Amino acid sequence: MIDFPLPRLQPQAAAVYAALGLKSGSQPSPRASALLQRALELFKTCSEPLGLCAAIALDEFADVFSGQGRNAPDTPLKKIFPRADSLHLFAFTLGARIGGEIKRLFASDDFALGSLLDAVASLAADQAGRVAEEWLERQSPEQKKNALTRALLYSPGYCGWHISGQEKLFARLRPGKIGITLNESFLMNPLKSISGVLVAGPAVIHQFSEVYPFCDHCKSPTCRERGMVRSA
Amino acid sequence: MEILKKIAQCLEVGDDAGVPPLVRQALAEGIVAKTILDDGLIAGMNMIGEKFRVHEIFLPDVLLAAKAMYAGMDVLKPHLLSAGVSSRGRVVIGSVQGDLHDIGKNLVGIMLKGAGFEVIDLGNDVAAEKFVAAAKSHDACVIGMSALLTTTMPVMKEVVDLLNKESLSGKIKTIIGGAPVSQNYAGEIGADAYGYDCAQAVAGVKKLAAAVP
Repeated sequence: MIDFPLPRLQPQAAAVYAALGLKSGSQPSPRASALLQRALELFKTCSEPLGLCAAIALDEFADVFSGQGRNAPDTPLKKIFPRADSLHLFAFTLGARIGGEIKRLFASDDFALGSLLDAVASLAADQAGRVAEEWLERQSPEQKKNALTRALLYSPGYCGWHISGQEKLFARLRPGKIGITLNESFLMNPLKSISGVLVAGPAVIHQFSEVYPFCDHCKSPTCRERGMVRSA
Repeated sequence: MEILKKIAQCLEVGDDAGVPPLVRQALAEGIVAKTILDDGLIAGMNMIGEKFRVHEIFLPDVLLAAKAMYAGMDVLKPHLLSAGVSSRGRVVIGSVQGDLHDIGKNLVGIMLKGAGFEVIDLGNDVAAEKFVAAAKSHDACVIGMSALLTTTMPVMKEVVDLLNKESLSGKIKTIIGGAPVSQNYAGEIGADAYGYDCAQAVAGVKKLAAAVP
């Protein structure tokens, strides 16, 4: 069971400002700062964080990963997961209330507060992935021995894993139990939800130096921030 | 005129309580509604837009200004209507079919209104036929489409193809945006413009609207 305490999910003000385009080193206006405080209060009252995690065998995950056969011909994950020590399917949601509150704020012309709450919730959902990664690292027997295990979350829709892969992932994990459903485009509802596979193993298995065709169109190369790109 | 400068300044700091009394004062001074709109409200939003473009301010500041603009428009709208003043043009916007993400699209809509356009927001999960039907029925000059998924991007092409099929591509221009979308993709599908962010989207719509006969 993974615990998702709100203080661990709540993003730092600087991260929210950066997500909304504030240049590094610049100060937000006093009005924007005050609004962020309100957004953080709303985040605390409207979030209902719930997660689901289940171990999966390598060959079973190979089937989940193959999805509807629409993945890119070559992907980093295809090479990473067979070398893992353990694999866990994972889903997390902040719940429906927070999405409803964002919609209500926009509908009542409170766009600034709505956009701040949206950014806070998006960052919190991403942070839930990191909380799960750390949880899995702590479970690893290898970690206890040599502290070299690294767990990372990989999600359908990114890095060549086609978003239609959600179908098999959901069939196996059944995140409907925590209120997450898929639409016909394989989008999760509530929107502030994340899903994927947690891959745990020696840090080196996550690293790659290749550049894949889909990297050209990537606007969020988090692989760099996560230290996955091996320098030449 | 001093009062118009005050309106623009008040709007720039996002003072939504301060703008309406100033608009009322300007009307009381006999300034015509169209001048208050152009030289007060839109002038203020243009300054905000420029500061946002060069990263002097960030999104919440723009949205606070937009809220102040809306507050001013609530006062001004009846006067604009009675004077027969039309908007800069009508723009139909929506997130394409299969896509539930609408924050980016909402922000573009807010900034378009701030720039003086009339916005018909179709929401999310919008089918190609609905975009075209709405643009026709509202006599819109631009359709703005947003997609956050590579799987839903093809709907953008369906809209462009539908406009071509109905020989409307000269009258109704298209602009696209969203995380997986690019200038190259816009060119590939025959869309008229691409907006990397909401500031660029507004600049693009202004150009497109000016080009529509």
